[in-house]
Amino acid sequence: MARTTTVGTIARETSFYSAVVFFFVLAAFPFYWMLITSFKSNSDLYNVTNIPFWFNDPPTLEHFRYLFEKTLFTTWLLNSLIIGLVVTAITLVTALPAAYSLARMTGKNGEALGIGIFLTYLVPPTLLFLPLSRVIAILGLQNSMWALVLVYPTFTIPFCTWLLMGFFKAMPREIEEAAIVDGCSLFGAFVKMAIPLSLPGILTTVIFTFTLTLQEFVYALTFVSASDQKPITLGVATDLIRGDVFYWGEIMAGALIASIPVAIAYNLFLDRFISGITGGAVK
Amino acid sequence: MVAIADSVPKAHSRFHFILDRRDVLGSLMVAPAILYVLLLVGVPFLMAVYYSMSAYTIYNPSWSFVGLSNFVDVVENPAFRQTLYNTFIFTFGSQILGLVLGKFGALLLLRPFPGRKFVRAIIILPWAVPIALATVAWQWMFDSLYSVINWTLIALGFITRANAPNWLGNPDLAMLSIIVVNAWRFFPFAIVIFLAGITAVPQDVIDAATVDGAGFWRKNYQIIVPMILPIVAIGLVFGIVFTFTDLSIVFLMTNGGPVGATSVLGFAGFQTGITSGDVSHGAAISLFMLPVLLVVVIFMLRFIRRREI
Repeated sequence: MARTTTVGTIARETSFYSAVVFFFVLAAFPFYWMLITSFKSNSDLYNVTNIPFWFNDPPTLEHFRYLFEKTLFTTWLLNSLIIGLVVTAITLVTALPAAYSLARMTGKNGEALGIGIFLTYLVPPTLLFLPLSRVIAILGLQNSMWALVLVYPTFTIPFCTWLLMGFFKAMPREIEEAAIVDGCSLFGAFVKMAIPLSLPGILTTVIFTFTLTLQEFVYALTFVSASDQKPITLGVATDLIRGDVFYWGEIMAGALIASIPVAIAYNLFLDRFISGITGGAVK
Repeated sequence: MVAIADSVPKAHSRFHFILDRRDVLGSLMVAPAILYVLLLVGVPFLMAVYYSMSAYTIYNPSWSFVGLSNFVDVVENPAFRQTLYNTFIFTFGSQILGLVLGKFGALLLLRPFPGRKFVRAIIILPWAVPIALATVAWQWMFDSLYSVINWTLIALGFITRANAPNWLGNPDLAMLSIIVVNAWRFFPFAIVIFLAGITAVPQDVIDAATVDGAGFWRKNYQIIVPMILPIVAIGLVFGIVFTFTDLSIVFLMTNGGPVGATSVLGFAGFQTGITSGDVSHGAAISLFMLPVLLVVVIFMLRFIRRREI
């Protein structure tokens, strides 16, 4: 009896851990592939008789060196940084008061308006890129990264307003009411009490605005074709190809560098993100 | 002189009085966000609708109204019907695969085991990392000559190099490939959504069911699944909307090919409207996303309303 239980336990444990390994490999392998490709010499990469999973020639930094010295990679990094910072600023300045107002001041209408704003987050870029490219042409921003600075808030504002609404709703009203009783104006209560208290929410918003701008591809592809104006995601995915030749080592090196910050940010802020988008569907 | 000195504090206080009204300050604070979204989502949306009924191309920017003839042209084109069909296959294929993987992954991660946090952190990656970058990694893995997948299959003796599949060059395999990549991208999101739902089910409910003699499957499908359905539904809405309207995976991996076998609505709208400059037909193609989006939006609104009652 005891022995069959042990055998059963071992069998169950084995299948459990093999399933975990399966999921782990499924998720991680493409990134492992990026990593190993970016450090392999070309003669190693393009030899089908080599075992591809490990180094057959010594690892090399030639792809990284080429990426930083012979391509616009650093320009793309800088472009992405500028786009991310400006879009984050625009988003905070508009979404923060909007979220507070919708959560606290506009009552039942605020709820409906909040849902309305959130739904615009679901209007896809592939529906809007044609008219928006006209708008951008009228403003003289075609082929410039500032076109992306203009357009990205159309999805970061709805998203962050929704996220911040959740934070403000979870905050006890009494604190601001006490401040108002003490002679603070309504707006003063927002600036002096609500904002400092919601700093964790604001930080989450900043991180996700930044990652949303890094992840975006469709608008960047549509509006920016000049190489030196591209953000990093677009540059790495489309600009390291000469004719039919893919510079796989450089592409994977660039993809790896651009992926790391986003991967870290998501892991640190995941729980807040989930409670944000599900909007308290579970209490 | 005196009058001016008097009027300044007066205006100041009146200004303050207005700003201390909840509704006024509330509207002022929400206005910039609403304006931004109205000007750059609302107006362009109406423009897209008008484009689809005009004769507008980048070579002939006339605004002449042509009614529904663009839609008729589009629907009569067999390539478009193929695109529409592909879009549904791509969306539902990858969502079903992603949900199945997500449900199993969530069940695994629910149980404590050494290294669970690390495994979870790694499993999140496909969803967190910019999809365009992950897609080029997959494109490299599906390479016609240096595919690591083919190398492994050959090494294991399943295939020979002579008949190794050309993943992105064969119409059926190319569709399978983009479905797999998209499911791969979404399954971590599904896991996270399932986990958030399951951990929110009160333990006493599960305990009560156990005391009443409910077995594993019964607990799972009659108690847990109905309770997490709302949150899963929201996750699915996101998945469907972002897959149905996406173009990045297709653009980077197959460019719609071979011969249109993986062309989807977003990609076809881009090809026609941006690459070929036929804005009006491109807009008409993109607008075919609208019925699906509307269904999803109505579903969501009804769901939110039901939750509030």
